[in-house]
Amino acid sequence: MRPIEYYEPPVPSKVNYINAQYGLKSWLLTKDHKRIALLYLGSITFFFFIGGLYALMIRLELLTPQGDFLQSATYNKVFTQHGIIMIFFFLIPSIPATLGNFLVPMMIGAKDLAFPRINLLSWYIYLLGGVVTIYALLAGGVDTGWTFYTPFSTTFSNSYVVAAGLGIFINGFSSILTGLNFIVTIHTMRAPGMTWFRMPLFIWAHYATSLIMILGTPVIAITILLLAFERISRVGIFDPALGGDPILFQHLFWFYSHPAVYIMILPSMGVISELIANFSRKNIFGYSFVAFSSLAIAVFGFLVWGHHLFVTSQSVYAGMIFSFLSFAVAIPSAIKVFNWTATLYKSSISYDTPMLYALGFIGLFTIGGMTGLFLASLAVDVHLSDTYFVVAHFHYIMVGGALMGYLGGLHYWWPKITGRMYPEGWGRFSALVIFVGFNLTFLPQFVAGYLGMPRRYHAYPPEFQVFNVLSTAGASILGFGMLIPAIYFVWSMRYGKRAESNPWHLPGLEWRTQSPPPTENFEVTPIVTWEAYEFAPAEETQVVGKFGPELEQI
Amino acid sequence: MQSWIPLVPDSASTFSWKVDALYFYLSGVTLFFTLLISAVLIFFVIRYRRRTPYEIPRPIAGSHKLETLWTIIPFVIAMTMFGWGARIYFEQYKPPSNAIEVYVVGKQWMWKLQHATGQREINQLHVPVGRKIKLIMTSEDVIHDFFVPAFRTKADVVPGKYTTLWFEATTPGTYHLFCAEYCGMNHSGMIGSIIVMEPREFDNWLSGNTGNTTPAAAGQQLYQTLGCASCHGANGEGGRGPTLAGVFGKTTQLQTGESVRVDEKYIRESILNPQAQIVAGFGPIMPTFQGQVSEDQLVQIVAFIKSLPAGGQTQTPAPATSPTPNVK
Repeated sequence: MRPIEYYEPPVPSKVNYINAQYGLKSWLLTKDHKRIALLYLGSITFFFFIGGLYALMIRLELLTPQGDFLQSATYNKVFTQHGIIMIFFFLIPSIPATLGNFLVPMMIGAKDLAFPRINLLSWYIYLLGGVVTIYALLAGGVDTGWTFYTPFSTTFSNSYVVAAGLGIFINGFSSILTGLNFIVTIHTMRAPGMTWFRMPLFIWAHYATSLIMILGTPVIAITILLLAFERISRVGIFDPALGGDPILFQHLFWFYSHPAVYIMILPSMGVISELIANFSRKNIFGYSFVAFSSLAIAVFGFLVWGHHLFVTSQSVYAGMIFSFLSFAVAIPSAIKVFNWTATLYKSSISYDTPMLYALGFIGLFTIGGMTGLFLASLAVDVHLSDTYFVVAHFHYIMVGGALMGYLGGLHYWWPKITGRMYPEGWGRFSALVIFVGFNLTFLPQFVAGYLGMPRRYHAYPPEFQVFNVLSTAGASILGFGMLIPAIYFVWSMRYGKRAESNPWHLPGLEWRTQSPPPTENFEVTPIVTWEAYEFAPAEETQVVGKFGPELEQI
Repeated sequence: MQSWIPLVPDSASTFSWKVDALYFYLSGVTLFFTLLISAVLIFFVIRYRRRTPYEIPRPIAGSHKLETLWTIIPFVIAMTMFGWGARIYFEQYKPPSNAIEVYVVGKQWMWKLQHATGQREINQLHVPVGRKIKLIMTSEDVIHDFFVPAFRTKADVVPGKYTTLWFEATTPGTYHLFCAEYCGMNHSGMIGSIIVMEPREFDNWLSGNTGNTTPAAAGQQLYQTLGCASCHGANGEGGRGPTLAGVFGKTTQLQTGESVRVDEKYIRESILNPQAQIVAGFGPIMPTFQGQVSEDQLVQIVAFIKSLPAGGQTQTPAPATSPTPNVK
């Protein structure tokens, strides 16, 4: 072990991106990626709490087997709207639009994204999509499930399907523009010396995510248009009574919506790579494997949509191919988990809040990923599809994975973003409470699911009550755990301890400028002469994993 | 509520233990890897905790051997899961030819079922132990899903087509029937029960429900009233329209030169949309019956056509009346 020599940025000037300009107009018309990230942060937090409120209503209803708290029609709207808000207006934009927006330019040494105006436009598009969706919710709501399955959505539902669909349609463009901006920025605006293989893995993850956003989102846009077209003008596309094919909708829908799962989880994996490396002061084990596994996930992710259709009368041979590919897509995720774990070997691990979130992520994501294998496995999926097992599985990925990564990242970069420290003790406490609450909420659902409890049930047979009581208890703890960071983050913006430029003593580019950064990010354009996560000089590198006499070199 | 928490639902079909075995294998592997990762993680986190604030560990180069190892091992394990799951799936969705058929029509929010012998049931299905049962299912409105957890099987019930589900019950008892595909307001009320009986009891139950017209007999009546006979012949021997007798399950040549297997779906389509696939040698003269026949009636007509023996001899499907009406 050698003592740290970390880069000390110059004495911060009083001017930074937050106080460089004042007034509402300076925020609403800003082209600064950092300010836009904050605009996004505020908006997605707003939607997160609406979605959370719906989750609370779901858990309250399911406390007892009878449908006694809400009416069936209301309950159906509540779970639909929980899904729509959480997926399209929180999870998909969560990390890319906030942390990604803030950090992609900073981590590669750029002054801003390639298209600052388009970046602002994407936020306005997101807002417009949000307003249209909220209109749909207030006007009467939507009850199709977030999956909008036909012909229920096109012919039978008496709710605001087209308005909700329009909101998602509009919102999709904000996603496409963000992806476009990231790809161009990463290709063209890297600082001198910042080669592809010197990029932090957060950037690789965002690159892979952006590819999915650009290639996948247009498909959901088309699908929603076709749905609206059939609903409004009664032209047969999906409804068999009009000559359409209802299963076609499911193919189109999942062609986007399965890759969308990777839009949610890949950025989070990028955050975890940062946290694991930086809080153990170690280069990531198998950097290139972790980087390429992100790309592999993005590519394979487009080929597995059919595993959502194993029980729809899809051909058994198609089912077998989709099952095989679904198992294949699990491998890059497994590679990441093994490499993160190996990174910790002989490292120097701190127990700061972001690291606790990262460690929690690895455990929860392992369970989430492994239970995905149950659903990729044809015969077991036949029994499990549309049960609570599926609900538990995707919450392990989206909350245990995506949300834990988001919260970990938010804590990690909070000093950089706001120039203030959050209270460390409360931070660790919240990580613990969220971890416990989360597991208590969703572990029982795996058992309930295998026992046969179908999802989207307003009332259920009494033998499932014990699992639902546990879930509701867990959800209360989880909800409480979420409130803690919400409170102390807001508190810290005014009262938190002032953060140093490099409070964690790290080599990454974003830490080589003041906190909060100046509008142009860096006083002088940095020149990169080091590898990613280079805490110590390369000549000290130790080689492990020798099984034979020969030494290996990477 | 039970005093203990079960890990698997009731097992009542030949699939149950097969799916459970695979489930336990998957659970075992999941448990093993979750515990392994957690244990290694916890060990590292304690063993390599930061001891002094400014220490820097030596960097470690990656290892191609390790990467290969932890790519190949998970892949091999995943392939065993894939192969095992695919084998059972193949069995689940390839119905045997010698099964007893039951017709199922789903609608918001109820299950309508009819046995080949004519007995109708709503939200209930009586089946005997040890006989293969094949459900031929369709929906009047939206997509539903016929799910029997105790049988470890389910299949979507899709409007506009027939889907099938088969099982062989092993243990008498009453089991849940759920609709597993969200179908609107009262989705969670679209439930029922599967009553599995000893074959003897089942025969008693069947004979206790007397006076039912079999689907095939009802279909024959519809065949007459809808005027099918004027073109397809009184016994399906054909005429201006193609022969119906004995064609079920066979392959027939189409006008376009393609050939098609005559199954439930093809017959249904030919009634609702006759121009779609015309048999070679015939003109597009048949009118559509869309809107004139319900899904229940379509099922009956299909059952009638299936019952016609080759050659078009006169054959009247007998109504299922009980020879011994006093058993129950």
